[in-house]
Amino acid sequence: MEGYAYTIWIILLPFLVFLVTGVLSLRIRPQLAGWIGTAGILVTLVLSLLTAWNYFSAALPADGGWPTVIPVNYTWLRFSDTLVVHMGVLLDPISIMMLLVVSIVSSMVHIYSLGYMKDEPGFARYFAFLSLFSFSMYGLVLATNLFQIYFFWELVGVSSYLLIGFYYDRPSAVAAAKKAFIVTRFADFGFLVGILLLSWYSGTFDFLALNNPDGAAIAGAASATFMGASVLTWALVLIFMGGAGKSAMFPLHIWLPDAMEGPTPVSALIHAATMVVAGVYLVARLFPVYHMSGGAALEVVAWTGAITALFAALIAITQEDIKRVLAYSTMSQIGYMMLSLGVSGYGGEEGLGYTASMFHLFTHAMFKALLFLGAGAVIHAVHSNVMGDMGGLRKYLPITHAAFLVACLAIAGIPPLSGFFSKDEILAAALHHNPAIYGIALLVAGLTALYMFRLYFRVFWGEEKAYAHKPHEAPLVMWGPLMVLAALSVVGGFIPFGHYVSSDRQVMAMHPEMSIAVTASVVSIAGILLAMWLYRRPSALPAQIAGSLGSLYQSAKNKFYIDEIYMGVTKKILFAGIATPVAWFDRHIVDGTMNAIANLTARISSVIKGLQSGHVQQYAVGFVVGVLGLVVIFIYWLKF
Amino acid sequence: MNWDDLLLMRHELQLLAVILIVTCAEIYLSGRDKSRIIPLSLALFGIHMAAGWLWPVEGELFGGMYRTNGLIHLMKSILDVGVFIVILQAGGWARKQLAPENRVSEFFLLIWSSLLGMYYMVSAGDLLMVFLGLELSTLPVAALAAYEVLKMRSAEAGIKFILTAGLASAVTLMGISLLYGSTGTFVLADLGKQMQGNSLEALGFIFFFAGVAFKISLVPFHFWTPDVYEGAPVSVAAYLSVISKGAAVFILMILLMGFAPLLTDLWVNVLYLLAILTMTIGNLFALRQRNLKRLLAYSAVAQAGFIMLGFMSSQQDGKASIIYFMLVYLFSNLAAFGVVQTIEMHTGKEDIGDYEGLYRTNPRLSLVMLLALFSLAGIPPLAGFFGKFFLFMTVASAGYYLLLTIAVINTVISLYYYLLIVRAMFLRKSDNPLPLVTSDGWMRAGLVICVAGIVALGVASGVYDAIYALCAHL
Repeated sequence: MEGYAYTIWIILLPFLVFLVTGVLSLRIRPQLAGWIGTAGILVTLVLSLLTAWNYFSAALPADGGWPTVIPVNYTWLRFSDTLVVHMGVLLDPISIMMLLVVSIVSSMVHIYSLGYMKDEPGFARYFAFLSLFSFSMYGLVLATNLFQIYFFWELVGVSSYLLIGFYYDRPSAVAAAKKAFIVTRFADFGFLVGILLLSWYSGTFDFLALNNPDGAAIAGAASATFMGASVLTWALVLIFMGGAGKSAMFPLHIWLPDAMEGPTPVSALIHAATMVVAGVYLVARLFPVYHMSGGAALEVVAWTGAITALFAALIAITQEDIKRVLAYSTMSQIGYMMLSLGVSGYGGEEGLGYTASMFHLFTHAMFKALLFLGAGAVIHAVHSNVMGDMGGLRKYLPITHAAFLVACLAIAGIPPLSGFFSKDEILAAALHHNPAIYGIALLVAGLTALYMFRLYFRVFWGEEKAYAHKPHEAPLVMWGPLMVLAALSVVGGFIPFGHYVSSDRQVMAMHPEMSIAVTASVVSIAGILLAMWLYRRPSALPAQIAGSLGSLYQSAKNKFYIDEIYMGVTKKILFAGIATPVAWFDRHIVDGTMNAIANLTARISSVIKGLQSGHVQQYAVGFVVGVLGLVVIFIYWLKF
Repeated sequence: MNWDDLLLMRHELQLLAVILIVTCAEIYLSGRDKSRIIPLSLALFGIHMAAGWLWPVEGELFGGMYRTNGLIHLMKSILDVGVFIVILQAGGWARKQLAPENRVSEFFLLIWSSLLGMYYMVSAGDLLMVFLGLELSTLPVAALAAYEVLKMRSAEAGIKFILTAGLASAVTLMGISLLYGSTGTFVLADLGKQMQGNSLEALGFIFFFAGVAFKISLVPFHFWTPDVYEGAPVSVAAYLSVISKGAAVFILMILLMGFAPLLTDLWVNVLYLLAILTMTIGNLFALRQRNLKRLLAYSAVAQAGFIMLGFMSSQQDGKASIIYFMLVYLFSNLAAFGVVQTIEMHTGKEDIGDYEGLYRTNPRLSLVMLLALFSLAGIPPLAGFFGKFFLFMTVASAGYYLLLTIAVINTVISLYYYLLIVRAMFLRKSDNPLPLVTSDGWMRAGLVICVAGIVALGVASGVYDAIYALCAHL
């Protein structure tokens, strides 16, 4: 389809910016690198808005569904005539929605960083990495096939690694970067195996062919079985493993809280709004395949999401570090999106969960980026991440306070802010499908309100601490983006999302269900009131409650000891039980064989060295013998 | 003969014009100004190269003695790129070594004469033209190999080359006459029709083939390679390893795949055997070398064996994989030779041991060398990986799994000696590493082109697809 060819520049432009700022990072003034990066991302923002406008304002085709447009599809590798890897741009409602999310949040983060990262030594490097990330993320969301998405999936992993480890002189940052990389790489292994399985059976990587509702491409995988489930189900569960790693789903979530070692705007961009929802996007991208595979794979998705949502919300209540609270909150909300996808059906009202999940992804990106950027402004003002060092800041940071309050109300799901609408749809979808999951989701809604307002009251209310110097409001480049995101968090809920995004591309009307809306609001308000009672004024009550909960509180505070379990497993079982014997085998058997081969090669090589004597007469003899040898072999012996 | 016919011979005529202009410049410039010939030559050849890429045309001249088409045009253009990089990299050497002795222009003229021979060879429509082209491309190289006349080794290289080349020519000519004796024609197009597939033709083919195999350095016709590479000036060694070999591979491809249908069984089997011998022996010898020029010589022998893999299929994929590999190999090998040349020119060192700790003092040169070696070894995502990948795919689709296995084993062996150099440069510490070497601007431009080629060809699959499309008709 013509008319969208310019979309390739949305991907390429940040890459060019990365090359320019990366190569010149030591030659040009750091400020200039920042401006180049910001200008580049703003151009992609304009292009993304233009794309969305063109796409959604065009008339719907006759069958009433939003079309899939592939304006650019470049052949990258040709394995055979049927199996070809493309790199291209795929436009459909969810990729355009992701495009908007990435471009808006990335633009805001770029602008905000101009202020937040000012005077940092690696300013130019920081912007180069941000551009690299934006490039990778655009490439990921616009991918036309599984291979391309995997390629950019690894690239976002790399840029995330680079940005988490931005303060590379801090050992904790380096460790966190490594942890994030290793855990997500481990998950990506499953992803890769899943891709290979799926493409082996279907003969294609392309989403368009895989998602075709007639199911022709996946029929082969669906009919083959392995260990009681179809190969298709196995492939999809493995692909979901990759998504779960990137999206920090239990039990692959351990890297996300540590990733908060990176600069705060990076946390807002990568670890709240864009990269971590890539897993949700991946499942949504392949949703027709998940649906056609039968219920098992989606069941896994739903329960993983539900467990993560609850588990992370419980931990969030106990954390002291403001960014870690937000990190667990992110995990919890992504769990929400996952469970919503998991409970969704395909087509019409059945597909409500799908729409709700995408809707929540959109609204969450806005208010969670806002929360992180707001937290950044707070950290900027008091030079600490720990809530114990904060309190009574509403007087000093009025703008940040207002924006933060909006975000807290939005995430808690208070009408008429955006979070209310999207969360309401998720609850409705869950109720129709699985009451148990609905119960968990409702509980999490209450917990969300509780931990967010615990954070809010402890930072902005409560007892005023003795600050080293008077906290001051952030500069315009920092609070400007806060205002933009706050405005989007307020009005985002009024977008008629079902009109644009639905599982079968048809226009779908969404009507809020009064009973669910009221229940959810009541639960949320209860959570807020509880937080207000406990934390608005300094009191001994929270500590008493924590004491009376005893081990439950302790284990939540210690993140349910998941990290320790992993360490135990890796040290005791992997290292001692498996790695040591394998190392012995490698050193003595494999290396021994290799050394034997190497010795043999060297010996042959020294035996034949006499052939090369340096005497040209012998070379001539060799030449003639060679010719005659060929003659004898092929004409007299083999009789050609 | 009208204007359009002249356009068919555009490559040859352009190059001839360049040769004449530089000859006149040599005559009219006075002694002191003669170093200006270097930029002049580079500029003229650059224009020739750029103009050569344009407008591929198809047709015949002189009653079929000369023919060209899109694929032949591409082959010539690839050779142009290689020669351009070679003379670009030689620019600084020519200024420093040749200009004081007043021997600049001959260097360029000899290289171009040889190139002209290659043009006629790949465009040849009959066997006599092939032979004339072959000779014209070979004789100047003997002079080039002995170009540093005052160095014993260079003179020795020239003598060894001319003696072996003479032998090879004689055998080739013998083969041609046998083929003529059996078929009664020189014209390639008729040759295929007149052949009966008898033993006389097979004998003729083997004799003819030996001469071409000599230029490609296939075992057992490779003995001259290391001695000549080591003795000749580095630019000439680079020229021999890429351009000379490339042209011979191209003509072999045209003749075998285009005009010898009855002999297909024979030559596939001959090449099958020689591919195995060449890869294995080239690699085994390369393992022992400590002198980098000799090492690269044996590596060039081994790579020639890999190229033969593409001949296992006469289909489009076989042809495309050969041409694509030659293009990749051109950039990779010239990058490696360029680094060796830079180091040798400034320090006179050319052993692996001398390269220890090079990364500390010359990080950029070391990185170029790293990329070149990784590409030669075939490590993804560099171009060399895809070059080998397509060759292997050709062998696999033709069903020669034993050959494929041997090729893969050889790839692993080659990795060892390429990594030896990398280890010396990056991991070994040396008490007195080589000092910082500043390469001249021309060399730097040449290396940048090579690196760009190595990286870009790995990413841009459009190149392979374009070659693949051109290979539809030979």
